[in-house]
Amino acid sequence: MKKRVILLILLLLAAIMCYPVIFLIAGSLMSRQELTENLSPLFDENSTSIISMALLPIYPTLKNYVEVLLDSPEFFVMFWNSVKLTVLTLLLQLVVGVPAAWGFAKHRFPLKKTLFTIYIILMMMPFQVTMLSNYLVLDKLNLINTHAAVILPAGFSTFPVFIMYRFFHDLPNEVIEAAKIDGAGNIQIFRHIAIPIGSAGIISAMVLGFLEYWNLLEQPMTFLTDQSKWPLSLYLPEITGKTAGGAFASSIIGLIPAILVFLAGQDYLERGIMASAVKE
Amino acid sequence: MKKHTFRYPGLLFILPSLLGVSVFVLIPFLDVVRRSFTTVVTGEFTGWKNYQTIFANTAFRLAAGNTLRFLVVCMPILILLSLLISVFLDKQVKIGQPLKTAYLVPMAVPVASVVIIWKVLVHKQGILSGILIRMGLETVDWMNTKYAFWVLVFSYVWKNAGYNIVLWMAGLAAIPESIYEAARVDGANGWQMFFKITLPNLWKVFYTITILSLLNSFKVFREAYLVAGDYPHDSMYLVQHLFSNWYRELSLDKLSAAAVVTALIITFFVLQLRKVFYDEEPDERSRKRGGRR
Repeated sequence: MKKRVILLILLLLAAIMCYPVIFLIAGSLMSRQELTENLSPLFDENSTSIISMALLPIYPTLKNYVEVLLDSPEFFVMFWNSVKLTVLTLLLQLVVGVPAAWGFAKHRFPLKKTLFTIYIILMMMPFQVTMLSNYLVLDKLNLINTHAAVILPAGFSTFPVFIMYRFFHDLPNEVIEAAKIDGAGNIQIFRHIAIPIGSAGIISAMVLGFLEYWNLLEQPMTFLTDQSKWPLSLYLPEITGKTAGGAFASSIIGLIPAILVFLAGQDYLERGIMASAVKE
Repeated sequence: MKKHTFRYPGLLFILPSLLGVSVFVLIPFLDVVRRSFTTVVTGEFTGWKNYQTIFANTAFRLAAGNTLRFLVVCMPILILLSLLISVFLDKQVKIGQPLKTAYLVPMAVPVASVVIIWKVLVHKQGILSGILIRMGLETVDWMNTKYAFWVLVFSYVWKNAGYNIVLWMAGLAAIPESIYEAARVDGANGWQMFFKITLPNLWKVFYTITILSLLNSFKVFREAYLVAGDYPHDSMYLVQHLFSNWYRELSLDKLSAAAVVTALIITFFVLQLRKVFYDEEPDERSRKRGGRR
């Protein structure tokens, strides 16, 4: 009996966690008429009814999706902006972050401990603290209002370096020693040992990174003045009687890439979260 | 045979990253520190005046007070709730993994998608009010009263519970089953085992989770901003709102001083985490290895 109650509570909490997604899906499949009835207080100040939302649409329709995909070019622009910002940021993180993580994990050099502490501190800083620093440089380099203003500071984020460091660190030193005896140079060891063995760490950092950069808010809002350059994460459609369906559908489309990466990479996501905190 | 004569190849590995970090954050931050001691227009040295200004600023006090209150309320709720869920989830062999997935879903939901839902949930005539009516209570104007603060608390817990559950469960998994078995043989009951074995063994995870939650809590601004814009109800006006408003007004003197103060506070907390992060310091290990030789 007690066990059942606990299970019930756990299931209920899971339902609360997932409710918003289910809710969005339901809304995106509803006809305009159904949405208008359900959500009338949102559009009409004088409405006295209470918002209600069924978990299943009465007459499911894909019309909202068709409208978003065919009739709103600005949605496409923002979607591709998101793809561009996310992919380029992650690429830059790979190119500079993987070697850096390897350097910190398996090499010795002066001031290493100090530098690594600085990296950890920086990864914990909220955007608001580094906002002005970023702005000063981007302004000097004339990068404000270009995508580079978002990609460059994010690409040099120290967070992926830290995550990958944790994975590289677990690699036994004996493997490296053995490769050295066989005459492998530092670059060869990095390419043929570090990257394959540390791939789990690299993927973990990328999964965490994707969820972060697909959702980026403050950076584009601060450094991109031109709305045509904004990513989807800043797309806030007006919810009116006419556009509510489109708003739901566009949220779902924006959610799909994140959910796919999340489901495909959940194992890596969990390992990445653990690497961010717990000693293995 | 040796091609590379450079003594510290590790430095070459970190160089690209370090250059970028220096150019985009470290060096300009020094400039921010300098600016925090000067006036905006003339650049004259003003000593601690900017710092005095921000601490005397009513908006700053309101924002700092709210942020502190938010932390004091949110963190215990989040940490205890996720611990409780983890302890029970740990025992669910069959359904544990899918449930964990469900708890992690909010991490993947973009904030912009959340906004629509929140608008519908916490509207004056929204779904939450509907539930209140069914329970025979009055409706509440959630976003324009002191309840706005609780909407923010809920958003934070909703978003971060999964992250913490993963951490707690990793901590739970690290406790050897043999300890529990030995206790069972000695006739300990569930509660005794929880308080005498589980909790003491989770100390370190608890410490880490607390500090990470504290640092993650800065990100709640995303939700706050999207739900309520630049000037939300007083009760959810956070330090982050103030920062972005100062940025827009180009009050770079105040912004610099506030950035330095926040950076110092965060550095303090991160340094508390050093013990955890540095557990297997490479330097220490090489010393040990040296000792063995």
